[in-house]
Amino acid sequence: QKPQAVIDSIVHLYSHDYANVHRGVHTLSVRSTDRFEGARTKVKDFINAASEKEIIFVRGATEAINLVAQSYGKSNIKAGDEILITAMEHHSNIVPWQIFCQQTGAVLKVAPINLQGELIYDEFEKLLSDKTRLVSVVHMSNALGTINPVKKMIAAAHAKGIPVLLDGAQAIPHMTVDMQDLDCDFYAFSGHKLYAPTGIGVLYGKQALLEAMPPYQGGGDMIRKVTFAETEYNVLPYRFEAGTPAIAEVVGLGVAIDYLNTIGMDKIAAYEADLLDYATEKARQIKGLRIIGEAKQKGAILSFVLDKIHPHDIGTMLDSLGIAVRAGHHCAMPVMDFFKVPATARASFAMYNTKEEIDVLMNGIESLIEVFG
Amino acid sequence: MFDELRDLYQEVIFDHNRNPRNFRVIENADRKVEGFNPLCGDRLTLFLQMDGDRITDASFQGSGCAISTASVSLMTEIVKGKTEQEAEELFKKFHEMTTGKDEQINLEAVGKLAVLAGVREYPARVKCATLAWHTLDAALKNEQKSISTE
Repeated sequence: QKPQAVIDSIVHLYSHDYANVHRGVHTLSVRSTDRFEGARTKVKDFINAASEKEIIFVRGATEAINLVAQSYGKSNIKAGDEILITAMEHHSNIVPWQIFCQQTGAVLKVAPINLQGELIYDEFEKLLSDKTRLVSVVHMSNALGTINPVKKMIAAAHAKGIPVLLDGAQAIPHMTVDMQDLDCDFYAFSGHKLYAPTGIGVLYGKQALLEAMPPYQGGGDMIRKVTFAETEYNVLPYRFEAGTPAIAEVVGLGVAIDYLNTIGMDKIAAYEADLLDYATEKARQIKGLRIIGEAKQKGAILSFVLDKIHPHDIGTMLDSLGIAVRAGHHCAMPVMDFFKVPATARASFAMYNTKEEIDVLMNGIESLIEVFG
Repeated sequence: MFDELRDLYQEVIFDHNRNPRNFRVIENADRKVEGFNPLCGDRLTLFLQMDGDRITDASFQGSGCAISTASVSLMTEIVKGKTEQEAEELFKKFHEMTTGKDEQINLEAVGKLAVLAGVREYPARVKCATLAWHTLDAALKNEQKSISTE
């Protein structure tokens, strides 16, 4: 469950520091605003963005991508233009583009993956055409664990003047993510995978790009002045934050980041890599188990299928042992189709897991194979 | 291990999952309907042969989890020889049994289907068990669209 500090921060806010943000002159509003904007600075520092103007709070990675599609997309991408994604994407990085293409007549291109679950880089590069207006790819796949060679991909795209959005929902809790180092144009992530509350996420965008984008949603806070004759919009980042924000969730996100900083993302990445090696080694010894997603560069995810045993049955049986795995298509149906499986069971390891727990998982899998025999 | 799952994964379930009954195609079937739960991946095609209002043969193809496979296998066994009305009655009773609307489940009324009574304690899996029956219902009503219990 969530870190106690995160839970406490929300309880504290609602008990002592709560008021609407940005609007009031009274003490509580000032306190609440300080907490809220303080969290924005924490996010900026966490991902090494250049300025708070580049940090937009949204509901999650899904909303972040929809925002880019509707705001950046509508003002930069026309009928016949191309948007390039990959075959390993989460639905949140497929459907907003499908909707956008239906609305505008733009074309969605998909870079293929191989049977190890890796992007076929040469094919990706070939698809960077003079019609490509945006590349939108996942940093780390939630279904396969694959980590894409994003710096290389961004360099190739930028060489052709094509901006890049990275879906970082799975990546950000498990590795250091640095906007200056990556040089991506947009980065989307959610709080809930980052040990923060649900209902909150971030869209990072390079300031120059965001400055030129029209508003996504209209309402309070994103305006400077409203008359019936005309309305003037607010500056960044507020222009993209209409309405009363998820104040407590933002504060919780900031505290989650503090918590992770006390441990260190590099340390977390190394620990989880060790867990993955251990789990993969054990999994490879189980007869009838097939690992789905064996990229050379991988995050701590073990997606697998068992001969003749459906992932739903795997999930229910492991649940009875106190193990929660996700069983299904992981919001990545095209990935399931590619591997010709209806679904997979996925063990996703995090910094709080241990090798002992992996042993319980593997013993459980072996036992359930026997029971189904 | 798995003791607490005994009421869901009974031996009969395993048996029907390993060796599903009536797992074949009926050529030129009178009724043919698809059932598909896209979110979990259970899919089946149900074939029925009718003589008037009586089901003379029932079979299926497809793949899915143990619960859905056992459910459709048991269903094809039990509906053979029944009239449409009798089959619909069974559907109602099965639905009540698995969705727990009836506190006092009359297990005798459903015969062998009682093995799936445990699924009401696992709400996430109810749709696996009921997919077969909703598909049968559509087949009996001669509906053409694909059925889902999601």
